[in-house]
Amino acid sequence: MLKTIRRVLAFFVFVLITLMFLDFTGTVNHWFGWLPMIQFIPAVLALHVVIVIALLVLTAIFGRIYCSVICPLGIFQDIVAHFHVMTHNRFAKKKHKYAYRKELPVIRWFFLCLFVVLFAFGVVSIAALIEPYSAFGRMATNLFAPLYGWTNNGLAAVAEHFESYAFYSTDVWVKGGVSLLVSVITLVVIVAFAFTGRTYCNTICPVGTILSVVSRFSWFKVQVDESKCNKCGQCARSCKAHCIDSPNGKIDYSRCVVCGNCLGKCKQGALKYTHKRLSAGVSVETTEKPADEGRRAFLIGAAAVTVGTALAQEQKKVDGGLAAIADKKIPERAKRIVPPGAVSLEHLAQHCTACQLCISNCPNGVLRPSTDFEHLMQPEMSYERGYCRPECNRCSDVCPTGAIRLVELPEKCSTKIGTARIVAENCITGSGVSCGNCARHCPVGAITMVKFGDDENAVASPVVDPECCIGCGACENLCPVRPISAIIVDGIEQQRTI
Amino acid sequence: MKNEDISRRSFLKRLGIGGAVLATPSLVSCGSKDSGYTPEDGPIPTDKMTLRENPNTHDKVSILGYGCMRWPRKTVKNDKGEDEEVLDQDQINKLVAFAMEHGVNYYDTSPAYCRGKSEEATGIALSKHDRKKYYIATKLSNFSPTTWSHEAGVEMFENSLKYLQTDYIDYYLLHCIGQHSQTLDGQPLNGMEALHARFLDNGMLDWCVEQKKKGRIRNLGWSYHGDVEVVDYLLKLHDEGKYHWDFVQIQLNYIDWSHAKEVNEANTDAEYLLGELKKRGIPAVIMEPLLGGRLAKVPEFVAKKMYKMRPNKSIASWAFRYAGTFPETLTVLSGMTYMEHLEDNLRSYCPLEPCTEEEVNMLYQAAVEILKNPFISCTDCKYCMPCPYGIDIPAIFAHYNKCVNDDHYNHTQEDPKYREARRAFLVGYDRSVPKLRQASHCIGCGECKSHCPQSIDIPRELHRIDQYVESLKTKQ
Repeated sequence: MLKTIRRVLAFFVFVLITLMFLDFTGTVNHWFGWLPMIQFIPAVLALHVVIVIALLVLTAIFGRIYCSVICPLGIFQDIVAHFHVMTHNRFAKKKHKYAYRKELPVIRWFFLCLFVVLFAFGVVSIAALIEPYSAFGRMATNLFAPLYGWTNNGLAAVAEHFESYAFYSTDVWVKGGVSLLVSVITLVVIVAFAFTGRTYCNTICPVGTILSVVSRFSWFKVQVDESKCNKCGQCARSCKAHCIDSPNGKIDYSRCVVCGNCLGKCKQGALKYTHKRLSAGVSVETTEKPADEGRRAFLIGAAAVTVGTALAQEQKKVDGGLAAIADKKIPERAKRIVPPGAVSLEHLAQHCTACQLCISNCPNGVLRPSTDFEHLMQPEMSYERGYCRPECNRCSDVCPTGAIRLVELPEKCSTKIGTARIVAENCITGSGVSCGNCARHCPVGAITMVKFGDDENAVASPVVDPECCIGCGACENLCPVRPISAIIVDGIEQQRTI
Repeated sequence: MKNEDISRRSFLKRLGIGGAVLATPSLVSCGSKDSGYTPEDGPIPTDKMTLRENPNTHDKVSILGYGCMRWPRKTVKNDKGEDEEVLDQDQINKLVAFAMEHGVNYYDTSPAYCRGKSEEATGIALSKHDRKKYYIATKLSNFSPTTWSHEAGVEMFENSLKYLQTDYIDYYLLHCIGQHSQTLDGQPLNGMEALHARFLDNGMLDWCVEQKKKGRIRNLGWSYHGDVEVVDYLLKLHDEGKYHWDFVQIQLNYIDWSHAKEVNEANTDAEYLLGELKKRGIPAVIMEPLLGGRLAKVPEFVAKKMYKMRPNKSIASWAFRYAGTFPETLTVLSGMTYMEHLEDNLRSYCPLEPCTEEEVNMLYQAAVEILKNPFISCTDCKYCMPCPYGIDIPAIFAHYNKCVNDDHYNHTQEDPKYREARRAFLVGYDRSVPKLRQASHCIGCGECKSHCPQSIDIPRELHRIDQYVESLKTKQ
C-alpha cells in the first residue's frame, strides 16, 4: 500500500517537474510552478522559511519521503534502478538483490560540509553540482528537452500539413557546451549510482544528509517486530538504501527513504510502517571504503570574436532568390547580462543553483548557461537568437530559488539590465545606407536617429540614451550588421528601475 | 476553409484518420478536388481551344498563354553538398507537352524570370516541339543600370535567342515601361526618365525596330506597370507614326478594371488602358488575370455566390473567363506551376464561354467586396528579390494576405475570434517565413522599392506588418 501510494505520487511529481523543463509553451508552469519551489535547497536559497520548516516537519513525521516523492533526482534513480533490476532478473541467472551496508558518515558529512563551505564563500554554482534538484534540471534541459523539442517539431510538421495551428515548431539548439558536458557526466554518474540503489542519496547528496539528521528520529518509521521476524533477509535484499541489517533486526533510519519495498517482501508480516515502537532501530557506525568518485573537467570555450562587417550589396539583375544570412556571433561584453529580477550580478551568483529551469523556459533563446568558472551554468543573456521581449517574464516566474525575483510585466519593462553601446565604425549608416532598425524596435524609445554634420542628404545615425535604455537587446538582435552587431548591450552590476 | 481552425484534439483525431487512409490507399478516390472537377467532367478536349487573331501577323494565338515566370522547382544537392533549388526540367517538359497538346501556343518568358533560368528551361521544353506551332514572347529586361548600354541590350537579345534555341522572337517586349528606377549612383528616376535611360537614349528601341525589319522580331510591343504618362507618350508616338506597336501587355482583372487606384495608387484602371488600345486596334496581352493568385481564393461569401452561379467551376476560372471575354484580348497569361492549374485553365478556355453581362456585374460587385479587405497587392512576381538583407518579401506578403482573406487579421481583443486569429497569424508567420527573414529585419533601405511593378511601398508595408506582429505578441 505504502509502495503504491509512493509510486503514484512520485510518478506525477516526476512527470510534472520534467515537463516544467520541457514544455516551452509555459502551460505546465502555469499550474505547477510551485513544484520547484518546494525543493529543499531552492527553498533555502529563496529564504522560504515556511517551506523549509514544512519539509523538516514532514521528515520528522514520516521519514525521508521527500527523497522518494518530491526530489526528481531521487525518483529518477528509482526509475533507473527499477529497470536495472528488471533487465537483470530477465537476463541474469541469479535474481538481483541488494545487501545491507554500513553507513559512511565521514563521506556524507564531508560532502555536506564542502557544500556549505562553498555556499558560504559564494561559489554557489560549483556547490550546486551535487545539489539534486539542479542536477536533475541540467539533465532535463540539456538531454531530455531536445528529444521533446524534436518530437514536437515532428508533430508541428504534420499539423502544418493539415493546416492546423495546434502545434508550432520550436528551436532546438545546444545552449552551452560546458553545461551539456556536465549534464552528460551527471547522467553517467547518477545512472551508475542508481544501479546500486540509493547510494548517491546516502553518501553524497547534501539534502539527504541534512534530512537524515531528522529522519533518524522520525515519528513514523518502518519497524521490525522481533517476535515475528525469522531473519530470512528478504527485506534487506529488496532495500535499495542498503539500510536493513536483517540478522540484527536493525534499520538505519538516517538512510531509509521510506520506499516501502521491504514491507511487501516480508512474508512474516514482521515489518510495519507505524509510529508505535516495536523495537528500537539503531544507526550503525562504520569505516567502509568510500564509493568511487571521479568527476568534472571544465572547459572554457573562448568565443572567437570577429569584427562585424556590413553586408555587401549585390547589383540585382534577375528575380527571386534569397540572400544568404550569416549567423550572429556573441560580442565581447563589458559585463555579463543577467535576467531582469536577478537584482545584481552578485545576487544571482549567490542564489542560483543552476537548475536551468529559466534557461529551458526562455521562449526567445536569450538565456543560456554561463561558461564562466565562477558562475558555471548559471543563466546569462545574449541576443543572437532573439531578445528579452516585453511580454515575457517567464524566467522570474519559474525561478524556485529567488535568484531571479518575480517581476511583474510593467515593472520588468522598466528594469534596466544593461546598456546598449553603438560601435560606430560597424554601423551600416556609416556607409550611407539609411537604416534605423534599432531605433524602430527600441521598446523604450532610447535610440534617436541623428544627422551629423550640415549635409542635408546625410544618413541619420543612431544615438543611445543610456538613461532610458533597459538593455533588452532588441536593437542588438535586429541590427542588420552580421556576424557581430554594430550595437552591443553591456550588462550592469546592479539592476534598477527607471 | 474550415479546417484551419481545428483544435488540438480534432487535429489528433484527424491524424488517426490520416493514418487509416494511408493504410488503405485503394479506397481513396483520385478526383482532383483542387480544380473542382471530378472525373465525370470527362477529359479536356484537345481541339477546342479558343483562338484569337493578331491583326498584324495574322497569328492564331491561343487565348491561354503560358506565363513562364513560376516554373516548378525542386531541391537538389549541389557540389558542396548543400541544398539548392533548381527548376524541375522534367516537370516543365511535361507541362509544356500537355499545354501544346491542348492547343496552348503562346509562351511568355523573360531573361529575369526564375532567377534568370526561365528562358533556358522554356527553350529546352519547347525545342521538343515544332517551332512553327508556337509563339515565343520574351523581353528586354534591362532593369539593372549596368545593362542600360546599347551593347548590353543587344547581348541580352542575342542570349534570349540562344537560350530559347531559335533565331527569331515572335513577340518582343520592352519590359515594364512606366516603372521607376534608379541610376548606378542611386539617383531616382521616374517612369519617363527610366524609359529614356533604358530604351530611347541608348538606341535599343530603334535597334529592335531594325530587327523587326530583318525578321528576327515578328511583333514589337511593351508591357506596362506604373506611370501612365509613359503609356500616353508611347501611344502618341504610335499615332504620329514614329513607332508601330503590334501588341501591348497590360494588367487586367475584375478588380483592376475600375478599381486599380484602390488596389494601388500607382496603378491605372484597365478600363482606360484597354480603351486606348481598342481605339488604335492594338491587341492586348493580359497579365495578372488572377492578381498573383489572389483571385483564386476570395472571401467566403463571394465564393458562395460564384459556386451558386456555376457549380463545380473553380474560383479562378471566373477570373480567366473574365479576362478572355474582351474581344481585344489576344491572349491571357497564366503562370501555371502545377498540372492542376493548367488543367483548370484549359477547362475554362477549351472553348471559352464569355461572361454574360449578369456575370460581369456580379464580378464587379465581388471586386468591391474584396477591396474592403486590406490586401497588399503583391502578385508574388519576385522582382523585388533577392533582398540584400535576406528578407523574404513575397512570402511575408503572401502570409499577410492569406490571413486577411481567412479573417485572421485585425480583430480587437474583445472579439471572441481574437485568440484564434492571433494564433493563426503568429504560428503561421513563423511557418511561412523563417524568423531571420521576417519583416522585423527590414531596415528600410528601399532597394526593393523601384523593382516592384505594383509600386508597393514595400518597406512601409513590411514595417506595418512588423508593427502588427509586435502588437499581437505584446497583447496575449
